[in-house]
Amino acid sequence: MTIDELIENFAFLDTWEDKYRYLIELGEKMPPLPESYKTAPWQVKGCQSQVWLVPSKEEDRLHFLGDSDAAIVKGLISIVLLIYDNKSPSEIKAVAVDDIFAKIGLKEHLSPSRRNGLEAMVAKIRQYADIL
Amino acid sequence: MYDVNKIREDFPIFALSINGKPNTFLDSAASAQKPKIVIDKMNDMYLHEYANVHRGSYLLSEEITLAFEQARETVQKFVNASSSSEIVFTRSATESINLVAASWGRKFIKSGDEVLISEAEHHANLVPWQVLRDEIGFKLNICRVNDDGSFDMEDFRKKLSSKTKLVAITGMSNVLGTIFPLKQIISLAHAGGAKILVDACQLAVHQNIDVKDLDCDFLAFSGHKTYGPTGIGILYGKYELLDSMPPYQCGGDMVDIVTYEHTTFDVPPARFEAGTPAIVEAIGLAEALKYLMQIGQDNITNHENELTAYTLEQFSQIKGLHQVGTAQGKGGVFSFVVDDIHPQDLAFILDKEGVAVRVGHHCAAPLVKRMGHSSVARASLGLYNTKEDIDILVKAINKAKTFF
Ligand SMILES: Cc1ncc(COP(=O)(O)O)c(C=O)c1O
Repeated sequence: MTIDELIENFAFLDTWEDKYRYLIELGEKMPPLPESYKTAPWQVKGCQSQVWLVPSKEEDRLHFLGDSDAAIVKGLISIVLLIYDNKSPSEIKAVAVDDIFAKIGLKEHLSPSRRNGLEAMVAKIRQYADIL
Repeated sequence: MYDVNKIREDFPIFALSINGKPNTFLDSAASAQKPKIVIDKMNDMYLHEYANVHRGSYLLSEEITLAFEQARETVQKFVNASSSSEIVFTRSATESINLVAASWGRKFIKSGDEVLISEAEHHANLVPWQVLRDEIGFKLNICRVNDDGSFDMEDFRKKLSSKTKLVAITGMSNVLGTIFPLKQIISLAHAGGAKILVDACQLAVHQNIDVKDLDCDFLAFSGHKTYGPTGIGILYGKYELLDSMPPYQCGGDMVDIVTYEHTTFDVPPARFEAGTPAIVEAIGLAEALKYLMQIGQDNITNHENELTAYTLEQFSQIKGLHQVGTAQGKGGVFSFVVDDIHPQDLAFILDKEGVAVRVGHHCAAPLVKRMGHSSVARASLGLYNTKEDIDILVKAINKAKTFF
Protein backbone atom coordinates (compact mmCIF):
# COMPACT_ATOMS: atom_id res chain seq x y z
CA MET A 1 0.00 0.00 0.00
CA THR A 2 1.20 3.51 -0.78
CA ILE A 3 0.62 6.56 1.37
CA ASP A 4 -1.85 7.92 -1.15
CA GLU A 5 -3.85 4.70 -1.00
CA LEU A 6 -3.81 4.89 2.78
CA ILE A 7 -5.05 8.48 2.73
CA GLU A 8 -7.79 7.40 0.35
CA ASN A 9 -8.81 4.49 2.57
CA PHE A 10 -9.11 6.80 5.56
CA ALA A 11 -11.13 9.27 3.49
CA PHE A 12 -13.86 6.63 3.21
CA LEU A 13 -14.15 6.38 6.98
CA ASP A 14 -16.51 8.97 8.37
CA THR A 15 -16.41 8.34 12.10
CA TRP A 16 -13.59 8.11 14.58
CA GLU A 17 -14.87 4.66 15.49
CA ASP A 18 -14.25 3.42 11.95
CA LYS A 19 -10.87 5.14 11.84
CA TYR A 20 -9.80 3.50 15.09
CA ARG A 21 -11.05 0.10 13.96
CA TYR A 22 -9.06 0.47 10.75
CA LEU A 23 -5.99 1.52 12.75
CA ILE A 24 -6.29 -1.59 14.90
CA GLU A 25 -6.56 -3.67 11.74
CA LEU A 26 -3.45 -2.04 10.28
CA GLY A 27 -1.57 -2.82 13.45
CA GLU A 28 -2.66 -6.44 13.38
CA LYS A 29 -1.35 -6.79 9.83
CA MET A 30 2.12 -5.53 10.71
CA PRO A 31 4.83 -8.18 10.60
CA PRO A 32 5.52 -9.20 14.19
CA LEU A 33 8.66 -7.83 15.81
CA PRO A 34 10.86 -10.69 17.07
CA GLU A 35 10.75 -10.83 20.88
CA SER A 36 14.52 -10.43 21.01
CA TYR A 37 14.10 -6.83 19.86
CA LYS A 38 11.63 -5.96 22.61
CA THR A 39 14.44 -4.78 24.82
CA ALA A 40 15.74 -1.51 26.20
CA PRO A 41 18.07 -0.53 23.32
CA TRP A 42 15.16 -0.51 20.87
CA GLN A 43 12.60 1.05 23.17
CA VAL A 44 11.35 4.53 22.31
CA LYS A 45 11.17 6.58 25.49
CA GLY A 46 8.45 8.99 26.49
CA CYS A 47 5.48 6.81 25.71
CA GLN A 48 2.54 5.69 27.80
CA SER A 49 2.72 2.33 26.08
CA GLN A 50 5.80 0.34 25.21
CA VAL A 51 7.08 1.21 21.75
CA TRP A 52 10.03 -0.35 19.92
CA LEU A 53 11.79 0.76 16.76
CA VAL A 54 14.53 -1.22 15.02
CA PRO A 55 16.39 0.41 12.11
CA SER A 56 18.53 -1.20 9.45
CA LYS A 57 20.26 0.07 6.33
CA GLU A 58 20.52 -1.49 2.92
CA GLU A 59 22.63 0.45 0.46
CA ASP A 60 21.43 3.99 1.03
CA ARG A 61 17.92 3.09 2.16
CA LEU A 62 16.70 2.81 5.73
CA HIS A 63 14.31 0.12 6.88
CA PHE A 64 12.38 0.03 10.10
CA LEU A 65 10.59 -2.55 12.17
CA GLY A 66 8.31 -1.37 14.94
CA ASP A 67 5.85 -2.57 17.51
CA SER A 68 3.86 -1.55 20.55
CA ASP A 69 1.95 -3.37 23.25
CA ALA A 70 -1.01 -1.05 22.59
CA ALA A 71 -3.15 -1.86 19.57
CA ILE A 72 -4.08 1.64 18.41
CA VAL A 73 -0.52 2.81 18.92
CA LYS A 74 0.63 -0.15 16.84
CA GLY A 75 -1.69 0.95 14.04
CA LEU A 76 -0.26 4.44 14.22
CA ILE A 77 3.24 2.97 14.07
CA SER A 78 2.34 1.04 10.95
CA ILE A 79 1.46 4.36 9.30
CA VAL A 80 4.71 5.95 10.43
CA LEU A 81 6.64 3.01 9.01
CA LEU A 82 4.69 3.15 5.75
CA ILE A 83 5.71 6.80 5.52
CA TYR A 84 9.39 6.29 6.31
CA ASP A 85 10.37 2.79 5.31
CA ASN A 86 12.66 2.24 2.33
CA LYS A 87 13.69 5.87 2.04
CA SER A 88 17.10 7.48 1.90
CA PRO A 89 18.17 9.73 4.78
CA SER A 90 17.60 12.85 2.69
CA GLU A 91 14.14 11.63 1.67
CA ILE A 92 13.37 10.97 5.34
CA LYS A 93 14.35 14.52 6.20
CA ALA A 94 12.08 15.87 3.46
CA VAL A 95 8.88 14.07 4.55
CA ALA A 96 6.11 16.39 5.77
CA VAL A 97 4.73 13.91 8.28
CA ASP A 98 2.37 16.44 9.87
CA ASP A 99 0.65 17.02 6.55
CA ILE A 100 0.14 13.32 5.99
CA PHE A 101 -1.36 12.79 9.45
CA ALA A 102 -3.57 15.83 8.91
CA LYS A 103 -4.83 14.35 5.64
CA ILE A 104 -5.57 11.05 7.35
CA GLY A 105 -7.41 12.93 10.09
CA LEU A 106 -5.19 11.70 12.93
CA LYS A 107 -3.17 14.83 13.42
CA GLU A 108 -3.76 15.03 17.16
CA HIS A 109 -1.75 11.86 17.62
CA LEU A 110 1.44 13.53 16.46
CA SER A 111 1.30 16.20 19.11
CA PRO A 112 4.32 16.16 21.41
CA SER A 113 2.07 16.51 24.44
CA ARG A 114 0.16 13.33 23.62
CA ARG A 115 2.97 11.14 24.86
CA ASN A 116 1.75 8.19 22.84
CA GLY A 117 5.21 7.72 21.46
CA LEU A 118 4.51 8.67 17.88
CA GLU A 119 6.22 12.00 18.04
CA ALA A 120 9.17 10.43 19.83
CA MET A 121 9.28 7.72 17.18
CA VAL A 122 9.38 10.22 14.32
CA ALA A 123 12.18 12.09 16.11
CA LYS A 124 14.08 8.83 16.49
CA ILE A 125 13.67 7.96 12.82
CA ARG A 126 15.04 11.36 11.84
CA GLN A 127 17.90 10.83 14.25
CA TYR A 128 18.70 7.45 12.69
CA ALA A 129 18.66 9.15 9.27
CA ASP A 130 21.46 11.39 10.54
CA ILE A 131 23.68 8.71 12.02
CA LEU A 132 23.16 5.61 9.88
CA MET B 1 -28.33 19.41 50.84
CA TYR B 2 -25.37 18.88 48.51
CA ASP B 3 -26.50 20.09 45.10
CA VAL B 4 -23.82 18.82 42.75
CA ASN B 5 -25.45 20.35 39.69
CA LYS B 6 -25.31 23.74 41.30
CA ILE B 7 -21.68 23.15 42.27
CA ARG B 8 -20.86 22.26 38.66
CA GLU B 9 -22.10 25.68 37.65
CA ASP B 10 -19.32 27.19 39.76
CA PHE B 11 -16.80 25.64 37.35
CA PRO B 12 -16.84 27.41 33.96
CA ILE B 13 -14.94 24.61 32.23
CA PHE B 14 -17.89 22.24 32.47
CA ALA B 15 -19.90 24.48 30.17
CA LEU B 16 -17.56 23.46 27.35
CA SER B 17 -17.91 20.22 25.46
CA ILE B 18 -15.02 17.89 24.65
CA ASN B 19 -14.95 16.31 21.19
CA GLY B 20 -18.59 17.32 20.91
CA LYS B 21 -19.44 15.37 24.08
CA PRO B 22 -20.16 16.49 27.64
CA ASN B 23 -16.97 17.15 29.59
CA THR B 24 -16.62 14.04 31.73
CA PHE B 25 -13.61 15.04 33.74
CA LEU B 26 -12.30 12.17 35.84
CA ASP B 27 -8.70 13.25 36.36
CA SER B 28 -8.94 15.50 39.38
CA ALA B 29 -6.28 13.46 41.17
CA ALA B 30 -3.81 14.88 38.65
CA SER B 31 -5.17 18.39 38.91
CA ALA B 32 -8.59 19.73 39.80
CA GLN B 33 -10.66 22.23 37.85
CA LYS B 34 -11.03 25.74 39.23
CA PRO B 35 -14.19 27.45 40.42
CA LYS B 36 -14.92 30.82 38.88
CA ILE B 37 -14.42 32.67 42.17
CA VAL B 38 -10.76 31.57 42.21
CA ILE B 39 -10.21 32.72 38.64
CA ASP B 40 -12.05 35.99 39.30
CA LYS B 41 -10.13 36.65 42.48
CA MET B 42 -6.79 36.21 40.76
CA ASN B 43 -7.85 38.36 37.83
CA ASP B 44 -9.06 40.99 40.20
CA MET B 45 -5.75 41.03 42.06
CA TYR B 46 -3.88 41.63 38.81
CA LEU B 47 -6.39 44.19 37.56
CA HIS B 48 -6.81 46.27 40.69
CA GLU B 49 -4.57 45.30 43.58
CA TYR B 50 -1.22 44.13 42.33
CA ALA B 51 2.19 45.02 43.78
CA ASN B 52 5.00 43.11 45.47
CA VAL B 53 4.56 41.99 49.08
CA HIS B 54 6.59 42.84 52.17
CA ARG B 55 8.17 45.76 50.36
CA GLY B 56 7.31 49.37 49.47
CA SER B 57 5.50 51.49 51.98
CA TYR B 58 2.67 52.46 49.70
CA LEU B 59 -0.97 51.56 49.60
CA LEU B 60 -1.02 48.79 46.96
CA SER B 61 1.88 46.95 48.52
CA GLU B 62 0.39 47.22 52.00
CA GLU B 63 -2.93 45.91 50.78
CA ILE B 64 -1.56 42.95 48.90
CA THR B 65 0.77 42.10 51.80
CA LEU B 66 -2.29 42.00 54.01
CA ALA B 67 -4.16 39.79 51.51
CA PHE B 68 -1.13 37.48 51.24
CA GLU B 69 -0.87 37.10 55.02
CA GLN B 70 -4.63 36.60 55.27
CA ALA B 71 -4.23 33.82 52.72
CA ARG B 72 -1.78 32.21 55.12
CA GLU B 73 -4.38 32.47 57.87
CA THR B 74 -6.95 30.81 55.64
CA VAL B 75 -4.57 27.90 55.09
CA GLN B 76 -3.95 27.77 58.84
CA LYS B 77 -7.69 27.46 59.36
CA PHE B 78 -8.02 24.87 56.60
CA VAL B 79 -5.49 22.53 58.24
CA ASN B 80 -6.28 23.68 61.80
CA ALA B 81 -2.73 24.73 62.62
CA SER B 82 -1.99 26.60 65.86
CA SER B 83 -0.47 29.57 64.14
CA SER B 84 -0.14 30.97 60.63
CA SER B 85 3.63 30.99 61.24
CA GLU B 86 3.48 27.23 60.77
CA ILE B 87 2.34 27.65 57.17
CA VAL B 88 5.06 27.94 54.54
CA PHE B 89 4.13 28.83 50.98
CA THR B 90 6.04 26.74 48.45
CA ARG B 91 5.72 26.08 44.74
CA SER B 92 4.07 22.67 45.16
CA ALA B 93 3.86 19.61 47.38
CA THR B 94 6.95 18.39 45.59
CA GLU B 95 8.85 21.45 46.72
CA SER B 96 7.44 21.14 50.25
CA ILE B 97 8.81 17.61 50.57
CA ASN B 98 12.13 18.59 49.01
CA LEU B 99 12.34 21.46 51.48
CA VAL B 100 11.95 19.10 54.44
CA ALA B 101 14.50 16.70 52.95
CA ALA B 102 17.06 19.39 52.16
CA SER B 103 16.67 21.45 55.33
CA TRP B 104 15.44 19.25 58.17
CA GLY B 105 16.73 16.01 56.68
CA ARG B 106 20.23 17.21 55.95
CA LYS B 107 20.58 18.66 59.43
CA PHE B 108 18.97 15.97 61.55
CA ILE B 109 19.33 12.63 59.75
CA LYS B 110 22.70 11.01 60.23
CA SER B 111 24.40 8.05 58.64
CA GLY B 112 23.16 4.95 60.44
CA ASP B 113 19.68 6.44 60.95
CA GLU B 114 16.61 5.23 59.12
CA VAL B 115 13.79 6.81 57.15
CA LEU B 116 10.59 4.86 56.64
CA ILE B 117 8.23 5.37 53.71
CA SER B 118 5.56 3.13 52.19
CA GLU B 119 5.31 1.25 48.92
CA ALA B 120 2.49 3.55 47.90
CA GLU B 121 4.44 6.79 47.72
CA HIS B 122 4.30 9.18 44.78
CA HIS B 123 7.77 9.75 43.29
CA ALA B 124 7.67 13.13 45.07
CA ASN B 125 7.84 11.33 48.41
CA LEU B 126 10.27 8.66 47.31
CA VAL B 127 12.98 10.17 45.14
CA PRO B 128 13.98 13.04 47.50
CA TRP B 129 14.66 10.45 50.21
CA GLN B 130 16.65 8.22 47.87
CA VAL B 131 18.80 11.17 46.84
CA LEU B 132 19.33 12.25 50.46
CA ARG B 133 20.10 8.66 51.46
CA ASP B 134 22.82 8.50 48.82
CA GLU B 135 24.24 11.73 50.18
CA ILE B 136 24.07 10.95 53.92
CA GLY B 137 24.17 7.19 53.97
CA PHE B 138 21.08 6.46 56.07
CA LYS B 139 18.86 3.45 55.45
CA LEU B 140 15.63 3.95 53.52
CA ASN B 141 13.04 1.40 54.59
CA ILE B 142 9.86 0.76 52.68
CA CYS B 143 6.81 -0.70 54.39
CA ARG B 144 4.36 -2.79 52.44
CA VAL B 145 0.83 -2.43 51.26
CA ASN B 146 -1.30 -5.55 51.00
CA ASP B 147 -2.45 -6.96 47.67
CA ASP B 148 -5.77 -5.13 47.98
CA GLY B 149 -3.86 -1.88 48.47
CA SER B 150 -4.52 -1.59 52.19
CA PHE B 151 -1.83 -0.51 54.62
CA ASP B 152 0.12 -3.40 56.15
CA MET B 153 0.26 -2.28 59.78
CA GLU B 154 2.22 -5.35 60.85
CA ASP B 155 4.97 -4.65 58.36
CA PHE B 156 5.01 -1.00 59.40
CA ARG B 157 5.50 -1.96 63.03
CA LYS B 158 8.26 -4.33 62.01
CA LYS B 159 10.13 -1.72 60.00
CA LEU B 160 9.74 1.05 62.52
CA SER B 161 12.73 0.99 64.83
CA SER B 162 14.50 3.13 67.36
CA LYS B 163 16.77 4.22 64.52
CA THR B 164 13.85 5.60 62.50
CA LYS B 165 14.27 9.37 62.41
CA LEU B 166 11.45 10.11 60.01
CA VAL B 167 8.33 8.43 58.71
CA ALA B 168 7.29 10.07 55.41
CA ILE B 169 3.97 8.73 54.28
CA THR B 170 1.01 9.50 52.08
CA GLY B 171 -2.40 10.13 53.62
CA MET B 172 -4.14 8.76 50.54
CA SER B 173 -2.62 6.90 47.63
CA ASN B 174 -2.94 8.61 44.26
CA VAL B 175 -3.05 5.19 42.59
CA LEU B 176 -4.90 2.90 44.98
CA GLY B 177 -7.24 5.38 46.64
CA THR B 178 -6.35 3.77 49.98
CA ILE B 179 -6.73 6.06 52.94
CA PHE B 180 -3.92 5.29 55.35
CA PRO B 181 -4.64 4.98 59.09
CA LEU B 182 -2.68 8.13 59.81
CA LYS B 183 -3.51 8.56 63.47
CA GLN B 184 -2.27 5.11 64.32
CA ILE B 185 0.80 5.48 62.11
CA ILE B 186 1.63 8.82 63.69
CA SER B 187 1.24 7.70 67.27
CA LEU B 188 3.40 4.64 66.61
CA ALA B 189 6.03 6.78 64.89
CA HIS B 190 6.07 9.25 67.76
CA ALA B 191 6.22 6.49 70.35
CA GLY B 192 9.41 5.30 68.65
CA GLY B 193 10.82 8.82 68.63
CA ALA B 194 10.45 9.47 64.89
CA LYS B 195 9.13 12.63 63.27
CA ILE B 196 6.40 12.29 60.70
CA LEU B 197 5.76 13.95 57.37
CA VAL B 198 2.35 13.44 55.74
CA ASP B 199 1.98 13.77 51.98
CA ALA B 200 -1.59 15.09 52.02
CA CYS B 201 -1.78 15.86 48.30
CA GLN B 202 -4.76 13.59 47.76
CA LEU B 203 -6.10 13.50 51.29
CA ALA B 204 -6.53 17.27 51.53
CA VAL B 205 -8.86 17.18 48.54
CA HIS B 206 -11.19 14.59 49.93
CA GLN B 207 -11.12 14.80 53.71
CA ASN B 208 -10.95 17.24 56.52
CA ILE B 209 -7.34 17.91 57.55
CA ASP B 210 -6.63 18.64 61.19
CA VAL B 211 -2.92 18.78 61.94
CA LYS B 212 -3.56 19.25 65.67
CA ASP B 213 -5.68 16.16 65.86
CA LEU B 214 -3.28 14.18 63.66
CA ASP B 215 -0.28 15.53 65.57
CA CYS B 216 1.88 15.25 62.44
CA ASP B 217 5.16 17.15 62.35
CA PHE B 218 5.04 18.13 58.67
CA LEU B 219 2.26 18.03 56.13
CA ALA B 220 2.44 18.88 52.44
CA PHE B 221 -0.12 19.52 49.74
CA SER B 222 -0.49 21.26 46.40
CA GLY B 223 -2.79 24.15 45.55
CA HIS B 224 -3.75 22.89 42.13
CA LYS B 225 -5.30 19.68 43.43
CA THR B 226 -7.41 21.50 45.99
CA TYR B 227 -9.20 23.55 43.29
CA GLY B 228 -6.64 26.35 43.52
CA PRO B 229 -4.02 27.54 41.03
CA THR B 230 -0.79 25.85 39.97
CA GLY B 231 2.53 27.15 41.22
CA ILE B 232 1.57 27.21 44.89
CA GLY B 233 2.01 24.52 47.51
CA ILE B 234 1.84 24.29 51.26
CA LEU B 235 4.21 23.01 53.86
CA TYR B 236 2.83 22.85 57.36
CA GLY B 237 5.44 22.31 60.05
CA LYS B 238 5.30 22.47 63.82
CA TYR B 239 6.80 25.82 64.71
CA GLU B 240 9.61 24.58 66.92
CA LEU B 241 10.68 22.21 64.13
CA LEU B 242 10.60 24.91 61.49
CA ASP B 243 12.53 27.14 63.84
CA SER B 244 15.25 24.52 64.23
CA MET B 245 15.79 24.26 60.49
CA PRO B 246 18.28 26.08 58.28
CA PRO B 247 17.11 27.95 55.17
CA TYR B 248 16.34 25.96 52.05
CA GLN B 249 16.99 28.65 49.46
CA CYS B 250 18.57 32.00 50.11
CA GLY B 251 17.89 35.46 48.82
CA GLY B 252 15.59 38.34 49.55
CA ASP B 253 12.71 38.31 52.01
CA MET B 254 14.17 35.60 54.25
CA VAL B 255 16.98 37.47 55.97
CA ASP B 256 17.34 39.40 59.19
CA ILE B 257 20.60 41.34 59.11
CA VAL B 258 22.79 41.26 56.02
CA THR B 259 26.32 42.56 55.79
CA TYR B 260 28.94 41.72 53.19
CA GLU B 261 30.52 39.38 55.72
CA HIS B 262 27.57 37.66 57.25
CA THR B 263 23.81 37.21 57.26
CA THR B 264 21.33 36.18 59.92
CA PHE B 265 18.09 34.66 58.85
CA ASP B 266 14.51 35.61 59.50
CA VAL B 267 12.16 33.47 61.58
CA PRO B 268 9.76 30.93 59.99
CA PRO B 269 7.87 31.00 57.73
CA ALA B 270 9.77 33.87 56.06
CA ARG B 271 13.05 31.93 56.46
CA PHE B 272 11.75 29.41 53.91
CA GLU B 273 10.24 31.86 51.45
CA ALA B 274 13.25 33.31 49.67
CA GLY B 275 12.51 35.72 46.89
CA THR B 276 9.21 37.04 45.63
CA PRO B 277 6.60 34.41 46.37
CA ALA B 278 3.67 33.30 44.20
CA ILE B 279 1.58 36.12 45.60
CA VAL B 280 -1.55 35.95 43.49
CA GLU B 281 -1.48 32.16 43.53
CA ALA B 282 -1.40 32.12 47.33
CA ILE B 283 -4.41 34.41 47.40
CA GLY B 284 -6.13 32.26 44.75
CA LEU B 285 -5.46 29.15 46.82
CA ALA B 286 -6.98 30.79 49.88
CA GLU B 287 -10.06 31.56 47.83
CA ALA B 288 -10.31 27.90 46.81
CA LEU B 289 -9.91 26.74 50.42
CA LYS B 290 -12.60 29.18 51.55
CA TYR B 291 -14.84 27.74 48.86
CA LEU B 292 -14.22 24.22 50.21
CA MET B 293 -14.80 25.29 53.82
CA GLN B 294 -18.00 27.01 52.80
CA ILE B 295 -19.36 23.86 51.17
CA GLY B 296 -18.03 21.94 54.15
CA GLN B 297 -15.35 19.29 53.77
CA ASP B 298 -17.57 16.72 55.48
CA ASN B 299 -20.32 17.33 52.94
CA ILE B 300 -17.82 16.88 50.14
CA THR B 301 -16.56 13.65 51.72
CA ASN B 302 -20.12 12.35 51.99
CA HIS B 303 -20.88 13.15 48.38
CA GLU B 304 -17.67 11.52 47.22
CA ASN B 305 -18.18 8.46 49.40
CA GLU B 306 -21.59 7.94 47.86
CA LEU B 307 -20.11 8.30 44.41
CA THR B 308 -17.24 5.97 45.31
CA ALA B 309 -19.68 3.27 46.39
CA TYR B 310 -21.60 3.78 43.15
CA THR B 311 -18.43 3.54 41.06
CA LEU B 312 -17.25 0.37 42.81
CA GLU B 313 -20.67 -1.17 42.25
CA GLN B 314 -20.74 -0.19 38.56
CA PHE B 315 -17.17 -1.36 37.99
CA SER B 316 -17.91 -4.73 39.56
CA GLN B 317 -20.42 -5.31 36.78
CA ILE B 318 -18.01 -4.72 33.92
CA LYS B 319 -16.73 -8.09 32.80
CA GLY B 320 -12.97 -8.20 32.40
CA LEU B 321 -12.37 -5.07 34.45
CA HIS B 322 -9.89 -5.52 37.30
CA GLN B 323 -9.56 -2.87 39.95
CA VAL B 324 -6.14 -2.06 41.31
CA GLY B 325 -6.69 -1.08 44.93
CA THR B 326 -9.83 -2.27 46.68
CA ALA B 327 -9.05 -1.47 50.30
CA GLN B 328 -11.96 -0.95 52.67
CA GLY B 329 -12.94 2.68 53.02
CA LYS B 330 -10.95 3.80 50.01
CA GLY B 331 -11.55 7.22 48.48
CA GLY B 332 -12.46 8.30 44.98
CA VAL B 333 -9.40 7.19 43.06
CA PHE B 334 -9.93 4.12 40.87
CA SER B 335 -7.08 2.46 39.04
CA PHE B 336 -8.03 -0.38 36.78
CA VAL B 337 -7.14 -2.52 33.80
CA VAL B 338 -9.46 -4.20 31.33
CA ASP B 339 -8.70 -7.61 29.81
CA ASP B 340 -7.32 -7.40 26.26
CA ILE B 341 -7.21 -3.60 26.21
CA HIS B 342 -4.04 -1.65 26.77
CA PRO B 343 -4.73 1.31 29.09
CA GLN B 344 -3.38 3.66 26.41
CA ASP B 345 -5.87 2.34 23.84
CA LEU B 346 -8.63 2.62 26.40
CA ALA B 347 -7.75 6.25 27.06
CA PHE B 348 -7.81 7.05 23.32
CA ILE B 349 -11.36 5.77 23.08
CA LEU B 350 -12.54 7.34 26.33
CA ASP B 351 -11.13 10.66 25.14
CA LYS B 352 -13.27 10.48 22.01
CA GLU B 353 -16.26 10.01 24.31
CA GLY B 354 -15.30 13.14 26.24
CA VAL B 355 -14.01 11.15 29.21
CA ALA B 356 -10.70 12.27 30.73
CA VAL B 357 -8.78 9.58 32.61
CA ARG B 358 -5.07 9.23 33.07
CA VAL B 359 -3.00 6.23 32.03
CA GLY B 360 0.50 5.13 32.90
CA HIS B 361 2.34 4.71 36.17
CA HIS B 362 0.96 7.91 37.75
CA CYS B 363 4.36 8.94 39.09
CA ALA B 364 4.34 5.86 41.29
CA ALA B 365 6.08 3.41 38.98
CA PRO B 366 7.34 0.99 41.66
CA LEU B 367 3.85 0.79 43.17
CA VAL B 368 2.14 0.07 39.85
CA LYS B 369 4.74 -2.64 39.26
CA ARG B 370 4.26 -4.04 42.76
CA MET B 371 0.53 -4.31 41.99
CA GLY B 372 1.45 -6.38 38.94
CA HIS B 373 1.20 -3.88 36.09
CA SER B 374 3.33 -1.56 34.01
CA SER B 375 0.48 0.80 33.22
CA VAL B 376 -3.02 1.30 34.59
CA ALA B 377 -5.91 3.58 33.77
CA ARG B 378 -7.10 5.83 36.57
CA ALA B 379 -10.39 7.61 37.05
CA SER B 380 -10.57 10.00 39.98
CA LEU B 381 -13.33 12.04 41.54
CA GLY B 382 -13.70 15.68 42.41
CA LEU B 383 -16.43 17.42 44.33
CA TYR B 384 -18.17 18.22 41.03
CA ASN B 385 -18.50 14.69 39.68
CA THR B 386 -21.87 13.04 39.33
CA LYS B 387 -23.38 9.61 38.88
CA GLU B 388 -23.91 10.58 35.25
CA ASP B 389 -20.14 11.00 34.89
CA ILE B 390 -19.70 7.44 36.14
CA ASP B 391 -22.45 6.17 33.84
CA ILE B 392 -20.74 7.82 30.87
CA LEU B 393 -17.40 6.32 31.93
CA VAL B 394 -18.90 2.84 32.24
CA LYS B 395 -20.63 3.15 28.89
CA ALA B 396 -17.38 4.30 27.27
CA ILE B 397 -15.44 1.39 28.78
CA ASN B 398 -18.03 -1.03 27.48
CA LYS B 399 -17.83 0.62 24.09
CA ALA B 400 -14.02 0.33 24.12
CA LYS B 401 -14.39 -3.40 24.72
CA THR B 402 -16.16 -3.79 21.37
CA PHE B 403 -13.02 -2.61 19.58
CA PHE B 404 -10.76 -5.42 20.73
C1 LIG C 1 0.16 11.65 46.55
C2 LIG C 1 0.87 12.72 45.77
N1 LIG C 1 2.01 13.24 46.26
C3 LIG C 1 2.67 14.21 45.61
C4 LIG C 1 2.23 14.71 44.42
C5 LIG C 1 3.01 15.78 43.74
O1 LIG C 1 2.27 16.94 43.61
P1 LIG C 1 2.84 18.16 42.76
O2 LIG C 1 3.17 17.63 41.42
O3 LIG C 1 1.71 19.13 42.71
O4 LIG C 1 4.01 18.70 43.49
C6 LIG C 1 1.06 14.19 43.87
C7 LIG C 1 0.56 14.69 42.57
O5 LIG C 1 0.37 13.96 41.62
C8 LIG C 1 0.35 13.18 44.57
O6 LIG C 1 -0.77 12.65 44.08
